[in-house]
Amino acid sequence: MLLIDCPYCGKRPEVEFHCGGEAHIARPETPTAVGDADWGSFLYYRTNPKGVQAERWLHGHGCGRWFNALRDTVSDAFVATYEMGKPRPDRDAATASTPSNA
Amino acid sequence: MRRFSLKSLLQEAASGHQGWERQWRAPEPKKEYDVVIVGGGGHGLATAYYLASVHGVTNVAVLERGWIGGGNTGRNTTIVRSNYLFDESAGLYEHAMKLWEGLSQELNYNVMFSQRGVLMLAHNHHDVVSFKRHVYANRLNGIDNEWLSPEECKAYCPPLSISPDLRYPVLGGALQRRGGTARHDAVAWGYARGADARGVDIIQNCEVLGLKRHPDGSVAGVETSRGTIGAKRVGVVAAGHTGVVMGRFGLRMPVESVPLQALVSEPVKPVFPCVVMSNAVHAYISQSDKGELVIGAGTDQYVSYSQQGGIQIINHTLDAICELFPQFGRMRMLRSWGGIVDVTPDRSPILGKTPIEGLFVNCGWGTGGFKATPGSGHVFAHTLATGEPHKINAPFSLDRFKTGRLIDEAAAAAVAH
Repeated sequence: MLLIDCPYCGKRPEVEFHCGGEAHIARPETPTAVGDADWGSFLYYRTNPKGVQAERWLHGHGCGRWFNALRDTVSDAFVATYEMGKPRPDRDAATASTPSNA
Repeated sequence: MRRFSLKSLLQEAASGHQGWERQWRAPEPKKEYDVVIVGGGGHGLATAYYLASVHGVTNVAVLERGWIGGGNTGRNTTIVRSNYLFDESAGLYEHAMKLWEGLSQELNYNVMFSQRGVLMLAHNHHDVVSFKRHVYANRLNGIDNEWLSPEECKAYCPPLSISPDLRYPVLGGALQRRGGTARHDAVAWGYARGADARGVDIIQNCEVLGLKRHPDGSVAGVETSRGTIGAKRVGVVAAGHTGVVMGRFGLRMPVESVPLQALVSEPVKPVFPCVVMSNAVHAYISQSDKGELVIGAGTDQYVSYSQQGGIQIINHTLDAICELFPQFGRMRMLRSWGGIVDVTPDRSPILGKTPIEGLFVNCGWGTGGFKATPGSGHVFAHTLATGEPHKINAPFSLDRFKTGRLIDEAAAAAVAH
């Protein structure tokens, strides 16, 4: 089970959290002005990287707040967690602090 | 290919089994092929087999990064069934079921297909209504599926507890008697042997690194760890790594890769006569011919390529197994493992063309691809041979994520399956 560092509560076990999928996907401002291909891309296409990805997490059984995280999808190690609205930190997998598969 | 028969077995028995030939060659890649298949799992090997046997296209290579059948083909829980709700899915999975029924004879290879029945349990009113709808929809499509009362479930699967004191009591079940299990490795090996005998080159330890294209944009071949290989058509059948391979080709895919776990118990005498699935409490269980209980757990909630998953996922499934089958409460588990499955937004596969001329994809089977192996290979071979989808796989186009014409088995089953 992963240990996840909630920016508000500190390290907590994964079962307290819900993963909300890839972060930083902006909904088109005016959906009616977007073509089928772009709308499909917004709805269904994700980066699905083998490496670091930014994703949304909800600390549902804790503070109840959403935050963003950088996680390496090869090792599952969290590289960083940061608050909603902040830009994606410029870090890569090498800076992962601890192996999260405790 | 030397056929397996009583005569050949007796001959070899008399000579100490020293005369068996290798079941497939280990050829060097040729400069060019008519069709290159990226991925040597069950689906890729089946595609190669049907290309050669049905369509006469034998100048084919299957490129596999590791060893054949070493990915999800060797990691699944071997369940075969075809009782899907929607017409499109029913057509595809029933096509596979019909091929399963003659597969051992067709391949001259015992895939140990055992139609012991797949029982799907209902634990609440919603399950009951939904499964009955499945039963009726299946019958309209000519697929066997029947509704059983709790007592009939117990009679079909005696280890099952139908006590009303369960946290989620059994309210009935949908039984597909033609469903069952097959030996997953044998499926890969049988297709590999059959394809190889018809001239297909199976090239292992060969990773595909990129796509070569003609000036007009169409496919010219693939760049691999063993050099450039020319190809008129390329089919990508890379399961959990579809996104990685297609990314190297410059395409995004509507799939996400997640770990799916399974585990087996210590081997015991035959105690479990069928396959039991319970979507509501999340338990999948059958007993292998070796005697191990084969148990399927769920997916993790996040994208991962780690081929391992969280222990809480396994615990959740074992809680359900122990509740439904109290006699397994003291069994010990031998091994657990994870495979990386590519999940589409509607939980139906993608089988067909891509925006690149000459490049085709067969992916998105998610957590339930093994059962479809023969059908998937059969229709994908048609697609690769003719350049156009078979009428069975035409609805499973990549295009549906633009047009919105989804085949929403995710909503139909309300769980990954």
